Amino acid sequence: MKIGYYPGCSLSGGSKEYHESVIAIAKAFEIELQQVPDWNCCGATAAHNLNKTLSLSLPARILALAEKNGINELLVPCAACYNRLTVTQNELNHDKTLRSEITEVLEMPLSGKIEIINVLQFIQKYIIPSLPEKLTSQFNFKVACYYGCLLVRPQHKVSFDRPEDPQSMDIIAAAAGAVSVDWPFKTECCGAGLSMSRTDTIARLSGKIVREAVERQAEAIVVACPMCQSNLDMRRPEINKVTGMKLDIPVIYITQLLGLSIGLGQKELGLQRHFVPFRLKPVAGKGKADTREEVDANNLTEA
Amino acid sequence: MDDHNSLSALIVRDTGVQANKCYQCGKCSAGCPLSIEMDIAPSQVMRYLQTGLPEDEEKILRSFSIWLCVSCEMCLSRCPMEIDIPRVMDYMRQESSRRKMNHPKSKRIIAFHKSFLDSVRTTGRLYEIGLVADYKMRTGTLMQDVLTAPGMFTRGKLGLLPEMIKGRKEMKSIFKKSTKKEGEK
Repeated sequence: MKIGYYPGCSLSGGSKEYHESVIAIAKAFEIELQQVPDWNCCGATAAHNLNKTLSLSLPARILALAEKNGINELLVPCAACYNRLTVTQNELNHDKTLRSEITEVLEMPLSGKIEIINVLQFIQKYIIPSLPEKLTSQFNFKVACYYGCLLVRPQHKVSFDRPEDPQSMDIIAAAAGAVSVDWPFKTECCGAGLSMSRTDTIARLSGKIVREAVERQAEAIVVACPMCQSNLDMRRPEINKVTGMKLDIPVIYITQLLGLSIGLGQKELGLQRHFVPFRLKPVAGKGKADTREEVDANNLTEA
Repeated sequence: MDDHNSLSALIVRDTGVQANKCYQCGKCSAGCPLSIEMDIAPSQVMRYLQTGLPEDEEKILRSFSIWLCVSCEMCLSRCPMEIDIPRVMDYMRQESSRRKMNHPKSKRIIAFHKSFLDSVRTTGRLYEIGLVADYKMRTGTLMQDVLTAPGMFTRGKLGLLPEMIKGRKEMKSIFKKSTKKEGEK
């Protein structure tokens, strides 16, 4: 099985562990990921804030390159990139004038027929069917599944799950043995791209999310967006300052959770790259951690 | 209100979004994660568009709100009239810049966006160290995040060199044409 893959800038930079864990589970389930050759940045928030034509042209170039290379289905794990690509394809498919304007800018043809899938759709389609036979260690954690904004909204353009109280990630987490808590912050905003320009805003918004997860007795927050992950994880000192609490709940990707459940190593999944450390629980019935965990523990760099 | 030069009419022309459908239920402002920090709440932005008065329109264009909006899309998702408010916000930001009416406090937010796009124009991808350095130069916030950077580095999260794509000429051309196109409006 082979599908297209657009990592985007975060996954090749500050959120490398997301890329590593996507690659690791794809390999374990024998799915070949074909990167879009010479891909560019999707433009993110910056482009649609400052220049509409640019905000459509940058994602359109990625889609045009994917089409040119025979990709029919494209996995986009970053929720922000997924949103930009999906919204662009949707808008260009509904407005022929706009499409010809953009293809003129690109100087490339674009048919607009690629199936763009996010990481949860990828897991539902390619991982879940054969997960039971690969499941080696149940992920025995209570988790708060945090979807953020861009996977589910705007609902009439992304058409994925419910815009309020979505379920897909909770179902996936449960399939890997986790117990997901019912909580009201699944799709609240973490503050997104204001991370550098208004860190205080990030701390306030992300702080509410982290605190609520802890109050619901979750032991880990599970995410599918690199921006959410870094705001909830890397900004923890600022969050703790704003909340006046010492919140030490780790924030992991859904792909890392699945990787652990099929026995992949922590380092292979990039878990050592998080700021708030993640630790596996000792397996019940054993006095100390099992061999795999011991190996991983040795590999982990202490934060 | 029917004045074809009103912002509301321009928005309909350029985006198809009809602000006049808003009946002020206030769900957008209630759900907006940033409204608490805003000078004009999203529902007020809609109302100012409806009056079409030049002084009301100027209030929007000079507001801090349009720059605080992070496009989380909560307002659109809860709007009973399905008004694409995030699209209106995008439009307002561009119009505010065109008319040189940017709110003084928006400086850092805009600087960040510009640093981001500069990196993409030059290399084709986001170069995080370059972005941060450029942003600091633009805003003079040299000491910000000096404690976070080493942590990112030891975790292997910072690439020291930019990833340069082959299609850099294409990127330059896309940027040039996009800027020209937006300037024509």
